[in-house]
Amino acid sequence: MNNYKLVYKIAVVAVAVLIALLVGAAIIIAVGGDVFATYWIIISMPFKNFRSLSEVLIRMIPLLIVALGIAVSSRSGIINIGAEGQMYMGIIAATAIATNCGSLPKIIVVPMCIIAGGIAGGLYGFIPGWLKAKLEVSELLSTVMLNYVATQFFNFCIRVPLLDPMEKSGTPMSRRVAENATLSRLFRGSSLHQGIFLAIILVVVIYILLFKTTWGYKMRAAGASERAARYGGINVSKYLIISMVISGACAGMAGAVELMGVQGRAVAGMTGGYGFSGVVVALFGALHPLWIVPASFFFGILLYSQVNLQILTSVPPNLVKALQGLIILIIVAVQMVINNPYSIERFRKRFFAGREMKKTEKEA
Amino acid sequence: MDFVVSTLTLTVRFAVTLMIASMGEMFNQKAGIFNLGCEGIMSVGAFLGMLIPFTMVGAGTAPGYINILGLAVATVVGLLMGLLFGVIVITFRAPQGIAGIGMQMFGVGLAGTFFRSFIGGTQSITGISSMEIPLLSKIPVLGKILFTHNPLVYFAYLLVPVAWYVIFKTPWGLKVRAVGTHPRAADSLGINVNRIRYQSLAVGGAMAGFAGAFLTLCQAKMFNAEIIGGRGFIAVALVYFGQWHPIKIFLGALLFTFAQTLQTQIQIFVPQFQAYEFLTMLPYILVIVVLAFNRKSNRLGPSALGKPFNREMRV
Amino acid sequence: MARFDKIKELRVEHITKRFPGVLASDDISLTVGEHQILALVGENGAGKTTLMNMIMGLYQPDEGKIFINGEEVSLKTPNDAFDCGIGMVHQQYMLVPNMTVLENIALGMKKSWKGIKVDLAMVRKQIEEISGKYGLAVDPDAFIWQLAVGEQQRVELVKTLCLGAKFLILDEPTSALTPQETDELIALLKSMSSELSIIFISHKLNEVKALSDRVSILRHGKVVFEGSTADYTSKQIAALMTGHEVEVNANTDEPSKGEDSLVIKDLCVRSDRGFLALDNFNLSIRSGEIVGLAGVSGNGQRELAEAINGIRKVESGTITFQGKQIQNLTPGQVIATGMGYIPEERNTEGIVPSMSIKENIILKDSESDTFSKNHILKNGVIEDTAGRLRTEFDIRCPGIHTAAGSLSGGNIQKVILAREISRKPKFLVCVYPIRGLDMGAAEFIHMELLKLRKSGVGILLISEELEEIMNLSDRIAVIFKGKNQKVLSRDEATTEKLGILMAGVKEDE
Repeated sequence: MNNYKLVYKIAVVAVAVLIALLVGAAIIIAVGGDVFATYWIIISMPFKNFRSLSEVLIRMIPLLIVALGIAVSSRSGIINIGAEGQMYMGIIAATAIATNCGSLPKIIVVPMCIIAGGIAGGLYGFIPGWLKAKLEVSELLSTVMLNYVATQFFNFCIRVPLLDPMEKSGTPMSRRVAENATLSRLFRGSSLHQGIFLAIILVVVIYILLFKTTWGYKMRAAGASERAARYGGINVSKYLIISMVISGACAGMAGAVELMGVQGRAVAGMTGGYGFSGVVVALFGALHPLWIVPASFFFGILLYSQVNLQILTSVPPNLVKALQGLIILIIVAVQMVINNPYSIERFRKRFFAGREMKKTEKEA
Repeated sequence: MDFVVSTLTLTVRFAVTLMIASMGEMFNQKAGIFNLGCEGIMSVGAFLGMLIPFTMVGAGTAPGYINILGLAVATVVGLLMGLLFGVIVITFRAPQGIAGIGMQMFGVGLAGTFFRSFIGGTQSITGISSMEIPLLSKIPVLGKILFTHNPLVYFAYLLVPVAWYVIFKTPWGLKVRAVGTHPRAADSLGINVNRIRYQSLAVGGAMAGFAGAFLTLCQAKMFNAEIIGGRGFIAVALVYFGQWHPIKIFLGALLFTFAQTLQTQIQIFVPQFQAYEFLTMLPYILVIVVLAFNRKSNRLGPSALGKPFNREMRV
Repeated sequence: MARFDKIKELRVEHITKRFPGVLASDDISLTVGEHQILALVGENGAGKTTLMNMIMGLYQPDEGKIFINGEEVSLKTPNDAFDCGIGMVHQQYMLVPNMTVLENIALGMKKSWKGIKVDLAMVRKQIEEISGKYGLAVDPDAFIWQLAVGEQQRVELVKTLCLGAKFLILDEPTSALTPQETDELIALLKSMSSELSIIFISHKLNEVKALSDRVSILRHGKVVFEGSTADYTSKQIAALMTGHEVEVNANTDEPSKGEDSLVIKDLCVRSDRGFLALDNFNLSIRSGEIVGLAGVSGNGQRELAEAINGIRKVESGTITFQGKQIQNLTPGQVIATGMGYIPEERNTEGIVPSMSIKENIILKDSESDTFSKNHILKNGVIEDTAGRLRTEFDIRCPGIHTAAGSLSGGNIQKVILAREISRKPKFLVCVYPIRGLDMGAAEFIHMELLKLRKSGVGILLISEELEEIMNLSDRIAVIFKGKNQKVLSRDEATTEKLGILMAGVKEDE
């Protein structure tokens, strides 16, 4: 009976993937690239050896952490596109500690840095949450503006207070983080670092928070229907703000992890667009912590391909950003099509009506 | 004195970008569509504005008609991108906020990709130069501020009363307002809600494309992938700030451009000021502050803003 | 310009319309002659509005044809319907609030769009002509949001006539009017019928009797009866409408002698638009008593319910519940005092539509010891409770994991009722509890309310249906412009008395 609905869903997704690939191909052709070679590089390079796979994984870590936070806020009815700025704030706080507290034992310094990053990001997430809850300021606009503010503040910090005094080239950057404050690599010859454990822990924590606790329940109710939640005695503003703080804290921790596991020092542009990509990942993972894991792996592949595209092809790595935008557009459209009862009905009539009629004839 | 005059002169000239973009966004929002993709469309427009003179003439001075061609192409492509956004949010009825973010990433990514491929790295162009209007530009102080711009600037300022007239006096404007506030009423009178919304997205997209090209041709005279730098988002915020009224939006655009120009001017005139990042932040902070103090306007707006129209869905 | 000089006859034949999962119109045929008034009667959801929307070209029928004067017409858009001289006043007024009357009418008059500028002078002339002819005074320069409901309806009528309607469809035109305003409208329509033909949708049988020549009854998308109005009594029509003799659950018990449970004193509350929606409102309700609050909707009922439940800010005055003042507490605090609330908007406020039935059951109690411990939800208990309530309240659904928003209106209301009653409230505020529900669900809900009353719970029943109020209530209060007009006992109350009070006239005046 529900056969045709499943077929319909698969068909819609297949068409969507096809459209994404075709538009991507059109862009690649337009810039004079080889479509199949480009796609092949994107798909195959990560699996060439363990080193390249870990390159994907180290991109997956911040993506995953950011996306988990975005899932929490989105489910609570507030779209956080300010993860970029929250990451910067997290990095600033983590850098301040990581470059100054190197004398403490590792077991203390590492959590301290991560928690500091989380607090800084959380506080920065508090601002748009509060503005939305109390003053009805659209979070889409406030978070974008706060991204620019945070970027400038970060640039100032690495140019003046956190500047590495030994750096003579004039490029603003902080000192290297102390040895005791780095996330160690797990294997020799691979860049995969301990941050992956934090990511795994956060997946579990966020899953339990959202689906097993009363807080998560209230956040989801507030996000699904503000009116009904208010009617049910839920303090909608409070949970909106909390969700933004959690979201910002995740982004801040992602920034700290990126600092301590990958970059080793704060440099300009080090968030690398993870904040925006996190939005795509969260959507692609249907805002569900468990689905976000494969989604972030997939986008880890895409981000890693930027490196390979630059080395191996004439296709500019900016392509990946365009593809991400395209994927968002397609996901939001597909979600509407999949749930549209009219299109389902038309699909059934077009492809299944004949069969059903035959069936009834037989029965008769 | 130099500082004041040059700041004001540049404000008058550079306000055009924000003014045109937010005027376009006003048409979108009046019809009930919240287009955050403005930033992406502007980005593509800015790229095309650069690309056409650059590929046709190189880095030298391009004749006027080629610059105009760049503007025209940017406008047309902007229009098409507006329609593409329409397919997503009108035909498929996707949530507009998140679709707008997708559009923004798509546009900025696309412009960056083509820029890297066709131009390579940062190049500057001569663009459209300013010119002094005889006699008028000789008026002390005011002459410099008001009458030393290129014709496009005056054309853009002319668009403000035109937009006002279109929205409040023409049949199309009447329909746009109805569709954005009470689409069911418009529908019951035989007005094709989605067609009007598509049309307004086309207008808004075209204006965003134009604004982007103006930025590269008349203001920055160069392109890079981050050139729009949030102007598209500010344009969206300006529409709220201006409470969906063309004249107020125009004043808002002047105010914000003034803030932006002021900070660059301080950097030039007061080089000893070290923490210039804080100046750069100012316009963005200003947007947030203004939005926070302007929340009443949310109730004056087109009440169907952001809501897809579906005839068979009862409220 | 118009396609037909006169509409001698409008006929629809074998119209069928399906929506996904619903057969809205099932082989409907109808005929309306010149100067005739046809009443189209049926319960909510019977398919009346859908049928009219097809005549207006808003929906396309899947099967069937429409004829005017014997000629088949194709009505693809409302413009086609206007061209044929058909016009409709929708139940929810189709007026753009932040535009003027003039602009609203210009929106439909394509003649005025010829130039670059809208020809408002022409529209104004047309309005003056029409309002003069029918005695429908409107101010062309007023903004819609400034107008009262009755005035808005006049604007709708003028608009429809300006667009050249010779055939008028009115969808529940009296639903927002007082009985007196209703009488005026009926007189007006009667006089207009000498020039126009009218289809009049209603489920209020006295209006049908007063106005119409013929009556057609729809049930579940089918025409189940057609006849001349004069030949049948209201009671017979009611029986045909519901498919069975109407059995009402009536409250016949002795009035409660309980103590005052909820006392509202000098309550002032502002509406969304900022004016005083409640203006020194007073009312007290005992435990074990149902007090019905009658009134035309929009006179402060919504604001009252929201103020009691902490959703709306109270400007001044007090609400005392079980001896404790509860005004301006948060909704959560009010819930904790034992207040129950069945809200007006059941689909968007009473439930979280995208959440499952099970999750909606715990909406108010997720932090209670029953359903959670240390903030961890007890899934087993929640599922058991939901399953039990599903049987007890006869909630028809595929399972407790189904999204509540996908249920029918009646079942959604049962989910809400199940949650509110199982919480064992000390008081229940109940707003339009059976609006839009079929008879079966409505009976069930009334039965539950009477049971609750018997158990000693006080109930404030806000409704527009006088019949519902008069059947269930111990006492009846009437609200008009945010004031309590008067409280009548069950025995004193009659439709006429209530009607006069609802119109704002005090008896002693």
